[in-house]
Amino acid sequence: MCNQTVSLISAEVERNGICTVVIQLLREPAVKVRPPRALLVPFRHGYPLDAPEAPDRQHQVIEACLQMLESAALTAPALREYKASY
Amino acid sequence: MADMNEFSLPVRLFLAAYPWRRINPVPFAASRKPLKDCRLALVSSAGLVAPGQTPFDEDFRGGDFSYREIPNDTDLSLLQEFHRSDSFDHSGLKQDPNLVLPIDRVNELVTRGRIGSVNHRHLSFMGSITAPGRLMKESAPAAARVLASDGVDVALLVPV
Repeated sequence: MCNQTVSLISAEVERNGICTVVIQLLREPAVKVRPPRALLVPFRHGYPLDAPEAPDRQHQVIEACLQMLESAALTAPALREYKASY
Repeated sequence: MADMNEFSLPVRLFLAAYPWRRINPVPFAASRKPLKDCRLALVSSAGLVAPGQTPFDEDFRGGDFSYREIPNDTDLSLLQEFHRSDSFDHSGLKQDPNLVLPIDRVNELVTRGRIGSVNHRHLSFMGSITAPGRLMKESAPAAARVLASDGVDVALLVPV
């Protein structure tokens, strides 16, 4: 349910003129709910930013999100898959 | 990637029949300035609550759709988690709340010059909401107005 919840919130935030990106842990709700920008990550539930006490890994996920915000080529709904570099 | 096999059979059956809400039309705000000049806020659905705040109501039918404001300068070790789902491993976020509300990480991005600033507050929801009607009509629009009134430019939303 969390995947849908953050997606629905992101739509409201976006309607207020704020650019959003949501992390998604499951493909099905990401495709069906259609948040404006979504990064699909390969981690299990409870671990959206990869691993605890792992700042570098967490930064990698956040950086991928930021790059979606910067990409002028994206159109809604934008869904990108995350690939860790390690 | 996470998949449905992480869930118990009853949860998988529930999700197989669940009517996912479809955002239509999909809003898409245009980026107006470079990230190095943007103010960022976080939205987490991990059910985190700051000291002194009312816990999320785990018995609320359809899911507690309220939210809490988490100050950017909060001590992460003092946050308590009230996510009602037992369908995921809670130990990671208890060990390191940055896993679901990366306050330390985004403040580090300001130091690095990657983003302009971090908002003085972030928003915390409890994401196990099976009946999202009041989320969509009440709390999500209210939360969005809070971020807009703060002058937030970009938001990162993190589920669990």
